[in-house]
Amino acid sequence: MTKRFALGVFDDEDVLLHAIENVRAAGVKIYDVFTPFPIHGIDDALGIERSRLPIAAFFYGLCGLSFALWMQIYMLGFDWPMIIGGKPHISLPAFIPVSFELTVLFTCHGMAITFFIITSMYPKPKVQVMDVRSTDDKFVMAIELKDDTSNLGQLTQLLRDNGASEVNEKEMTKN
Amino acid sequence: MQHVSPVREPLVTGGKTYHDITQDVCRQVEAKPNIRWMAALAVALFFLGVFLYSVYRTLWYGIGEWGLNKTVGWAWDITNFVWWVGIGHAGTLISAVLLLFRQKWRSSINRAAEAMTIFAVICAAMFPVLHMGRPWQAYWVFPLQNTFGSLWANFNSPLLWDVFAISTYFSVSLVFWYIGLIPDFATIRDRAKGPIAKVAYSMLSMNWKGSAKAWSRYETVSLILAGVSTPLVLSVHTIVSMDFATSVVPGWHTTIFPPYFVAGAIFSGFAMVLTLMLITRVVFKLEDYITLEHIALMNKIMMITGSIVGVAYITEFFIAWYSQVEFEQYAFINRATGPYWWAYASMMTCNVITPQLVWFRKVRYSIPMTFVLSIIVNIGMWFERFVIIVTSLHRDYLPSSWAMFSPSIIDIGIYVGTMGLFFTLFLLFAKFFPVINMAEVKTILKYGVDNGPTYTGQDPHHAPTHHHATPGVPASAPVTYTKHD
Repeated sequence: MTKRFALGVFDDEDVLLHAIENVRAAGVKIYDVFTPFPIHGIDDALGIERSRLPIAAFFYGLCGLSFALWMQIYMLGFDWPMIIGGKPHISLPAFIPVSFELTVLFTCHGMAITFFIITSMYPKPKVQVMDVRSTDDKFVMAIELKDDTSNLGQLTQLLRDNGASEVNEKEMTKN
Repeated sequence: MQHVSPVREPLVTGGKTYHDITQDVCRQVEAKPNIRWMAALAVALFFLGVFLYSVYRTLWYGIGEWGLNKTVGWAWDITNFVWWVGIGHAGTLISAVLLLFRQKWRSSINRAAEAMTIFAVICAAMFPVLHMGRPWQAYWVFPLQNTFGSLWANFNSPLLWDVFAISTYFSVSLVFWYIGLIPDFATIRDRAKGPIAKVAYSMLSMNWKGSAKAWSRYETVSLILAGVSTPLVLSVHTIVSMDFATSVVPGWHTTIFPPYFVAGAIFSGFAMVLTLMLITRVVFKLEDYITLEHIALMNKIMMITGSIVGVAYITEFFIAWYSQVEFEQYAFINRATGPYWWAYASMMTCNVITPQLVWFRKVRYSIPMTFVLSIIVNIGMWFERFVIIVTSLHRDYLPSSWAMFSPSIIDIGIYVGTMGLFFTLFLLFAKFFPVINMAEVKTILKYGVDNGPTYTGQDPHHAPTHHHATPGVPASAPVTYTKHD
């Protein structure tokens, strides 16, 4: 399936931020914005909802902690109890380091995997991008063009009025 | 939103643009390897060969190839292990702790420092694994069912804690580093000309496009990973110090070991970062990104942690006397005046006295002086671990078992060899990966620069009167668009 986009190319992130606000205020839906680095305030400008990743991180950590405690208590306390240095079988203070490490381990890897899934990131031999300069020094605002092409002229004008240095058209094949 | 005081020095000099940053960092990735790099790699590979030969001798003939004995059962191996792990800590400190403290200057050095962490931990891991004698059964350190031949692992042992700490540290550092690399791989991918480079960097960049939502999630993930890495890095060297502190050996049985080891780790790590950065910035012409200001700041951290270490040395000595324990007192007197006095003297000179030169502004901003100092600190920190391990063991409770230690040629080969391993990995990294975090440096480009966001008491993005626009473009142009369906 092929989609057509109008790409507003900006040279400066502050100009882009204002353009986003104005374009949205004009009632145009922004498909996505591609930038070479994270821009503070762009989430609010685009209306991106707050991430729930921190909640996920907490639960991954909790899983790690529970797993670590279960593992140590089961192995040394129930499955094969041994007297080591005259200490009790279940000596919780000695279990703190491993419990902490596994909490961190689960949080980190859980976060990384979740991040890759929610942003659909995976190794891909060929990556289609809107504008190759968007990973270098340009800030690209993509607006999807629906079936009729009549509004392209006005859209170009809107983007130019808001500081776009160029406006291009791009067809993307969804695969 | 960040407010930057106008008196701040710019973090990137030379009036760079975003495109200049991309050019400057990608240059060496895209260029053919130069002769200096090839020569350096050849030297590193030679020492890697020395490492492989020494490992072969150790595996084929056994631990008897080493100089350690029944009294000094831990010697160069554990000294080198702690030395390498300690060096690694500066990378995590720069990437995680300084991120949480909003130290923007970290941006241009964090990539290489994190790479150093990963390679240093790889080198460190070689020593305990080889010391096992039968490294092909190294997996026995993990909790495995009794049917594997061993019992469940002993979770009361700090050596097992170390297994969990080091493996967690390595994998978390690797993930943190890789996630940071993804946007920069995408930059290289979008510039790549050759088909192999295009496919390789496409695979590495994991379909990254730099969309606003992806950046938002990326920043959340980075912050959380920094948040968990900060206590992690402290825990790792704390646990390494517990390998010693939980024993009853005089000279090891010390409660100040955890903070003392962590400070020492950061101290030696920053020294190594300085050594590497001073070379990297010249070889890859990155003087505008790794500025004298960076060097001075790192020097200050080195001096502070060096002073903490100095206080720890003196505290240990005082407590040994104050404890009135005869063995403890002897261990410390023997360290300073016994047969290994020269190791103790080297440690004191290199770690406590020489870093104090950094109080002088001239020294702090001098590249040759900093380079020499960083090497001295690395030597000093190696001696610190040698002093703690060997001098504490060589004369313990039973005088009939007293012994001396001297390294064998294989000991030396493995140690020098790990440097070959480290530099081979680092040189490959420096050639094929972006040594500076381009995306992050672009975010700080305007920091402290005249036309950048200066402190106005207002949010710069929502105060159009104060915000600087591209010349000729009104900051908030009137909306003339009317929507047609």
